[in-house]
Amino acid sequence: MLKVVKSGFYTTIQDSGRFGYRAFGVPISGSMDSYSSHYANSILGNDRDCAVLEITMSGPELHFQEPTQIAIAGADLTPKLNGKLISNNQVIDIKFNDVLSFAGLRNGLRCYLAIKGGLQSEVYLGSRSMYNTISESDTINVGEEIYYEKSPSNSIKTYSNLKYDHDLLSTKILEVENGPEYNELPQELKNKLSKLQFKVSKFNNRMAYQLEPLMPNTIETILTSPVLPGTVQLTPNGNLIILMRDCQTTGGYPRVLQLTERSLNIISQKRQGEKIFFRLTN
Amino acid sequence: MGFNLKYSKFNSSSILIEWQQSIDQNILRDILKFKKSINSHYFKLKVEVINTYTSILIIYDFTIDNFNDEFLTLKELYSSLNTIQNFDSKLWEIPVCYDDSFGPDLIQYSVTKKMSKSEIIDCHTRNLYTVYFLGFLPGFLYLGGLDPKLNLARKKSPSLNVKKGSVAIGGYQTGVYPQDSPGGWHVIGNSPVELFNPKQSLPCKILPGDKIRFYQISKTDHERIIEEIDSNAFKLISIPHNA
Repeated sequence: MLKVVKSGFYTTIQDSGRFGYRAFGVPISGSMDSYSSHYANSILGNDRDCAVLEITMSGPELHFQEPTQIAIAGADLTPKLNGKLISNNQVIDIKFNDVLSFAGLRNGLRCYLAIKGGLQSEVYLGSRSMYNTISESDTINVGEEIYYEKSPSNSIKTYSNLKYDHDLLSTKILEVENGPEYNELPQELKNKLSKLQFKVSKFNNRMAYQLEPLMPNTIETILTSPVLPGTVQLTPNGNLIILMRDCQTTGGYPRVLQLTERSLNIISQKRQGEKIFFRLTN
Repeated sequence: MGFNLKYSKFNSSSILIEWQQSIDQNILRDILKFKKSINSHYFKLKVEVINTYTSILIIYDFTIDNFNDEFLTLKELYSSLNTIQNFDSKLWEIPVCYDDSFGPDLIQYSVTKKMSKSEIIDCHTRNLYTVYFLGFLPGFLYLGGLDPKLNLARKKSPSLNVKKGSVAIGGYQTGVYPQDSPGGWHVIGNSPVELFNPKQSLPCKILPGDKIRFYQISKTDHERIIEEIDSNAFKLISIPHNA
C-alpha cells in the first residue's frame, strides 16, 4: 500500500490509456509524456502499460507500506527518499515505511513514478487512467491508499542500462505534419506556422495547450470531425490549440497541424511561457 | 458505391477517410456500412474505428509501415460493400420534462423564437432524430433531424454549468448533456435517463444509426424515473427500426 500524505499540485494515476472507447466519446487519456512513463516502467522490468503516478509541477509525499522497487523519469522535481536526494532514471529499493517526497521543480513539468508491478488501482473501461466522470476521482487525494504488489528488492535485477533521451526535456522543436485542413491555409499563414516562435499560454492542462501569439485566421470552422491528441486546431479568433491526451474525440475547428508522438511528449514537459517552434516534416 | 472518398494519414498510427462535407442520412448509411466492414476486417487486431458526420477515423495501436498498402486494402473493402444490405438500428424513446425549473433558457428561447412553450414542445417531440455519432463528452449524441423552425444560434458565451440530463438546442442541433458540463446551447428541458454508464463494458447503448424520439413527461414522472433508475427498476426501451 502507498499512503498519500500530501497530494502535490496535480497528481494522477495514468497508464497507456483507454483504448477502444472513443466511439462512445470517451477520451483516450494516459500519460501525457508517454516516453518518460514507459521509460520508468521499462527500467523496472514492468510492462509498458503498467499504471504509474503522473506528478505535475509539485510533488506529493508518499509513505510506502511494503518493500518494492521504484523508478522516476521525466521532469526533475528533486525527489528525496527519507530526506536524502535520489536521482531520476534509476531503480531504487524501497523498504517498509520509506517516505518519498519532492523538494521542487527544476526542469520539465511532469515526472512519472513507476512501482514494480504497477499500481493496482481500479480499472474503468479497460484503463486505470484517471479522468473526471469516468474514474471516481480525477486526482489522488490526501489520506488515500493505493495498492501495489509487495516485491522484495532482490527479486529481479534491473534493466537500468536503457539510456534516457534527455533531449526530450530540452528541445524547443516540435515535429509536425500537415493536418487535414492545412492546405486551406493561405501561404502567408503557412509560412508563419513554420517560422514563428510560439509561447505556451497559461491555458495549458491535460486536455489542451493554447499557444501565443494569436494568428490572423481567415478559414471557416468545419463540420464536427475526429481529432486526436497532438491535433493543432485554429479557432475563429486565431488561437492555436494543441489537443492533449484528455482531449475530446471530435471537434469543429480546422485541424491545421498534427504533432508526432515524440512532439506530444516534448510539449507535455513545457510550462507557461516556454517557447517552441514547429518543424514541418512533410 | 457512389461516393468519392479521400484517404489520408492522420498520424503515424491512424487513417482518416472523408466523404463530401454535408450532413446527410445517405452518407451516414454509407459510413456505417463501411465502418462495420472495417471492424470485421480488423477483428484480430487492436483498432478503434470512429465516425463523425462525414469521416471515419481508424486508429491502430501500432505504427503503420506502408500507408499506400493500407489505403489499397481499405479501397478494396469499400468497393466490395453490398449496396442493398441494410444495417440494424433501434428506435429509442427518451422522456423529457419541459418544466421551467428544468429548462432555464425555455422562456427566453420562447420570446426570441416568438413561439409558445407548447409549440416548442410539440415541435421538439414530433420529429424522429438520427444519431450520427458520439463525441464532445462521453455519451453525448450528435443528432440530426431538428425541425428548422427550432434553429437558434448558440449563446455568445457558454453557460459554465449545464446540468446533467439537460436537453438543449444549439443552431440546427439538439442533444442531451450526459453529465454536468459547460455548454453554449439553449436548455429547454431535462431527461432523467442515464445515457452513459462507465461501469458497463457497453457504456452507452444508443449507437450511431439509431433513432431517437423525445416524449414529454411531468415533473412527477421525472422524479419517479430518477427513483426507478436509482433502484435499477427503470429500463430504457428500444424497438427495432429498419433504416
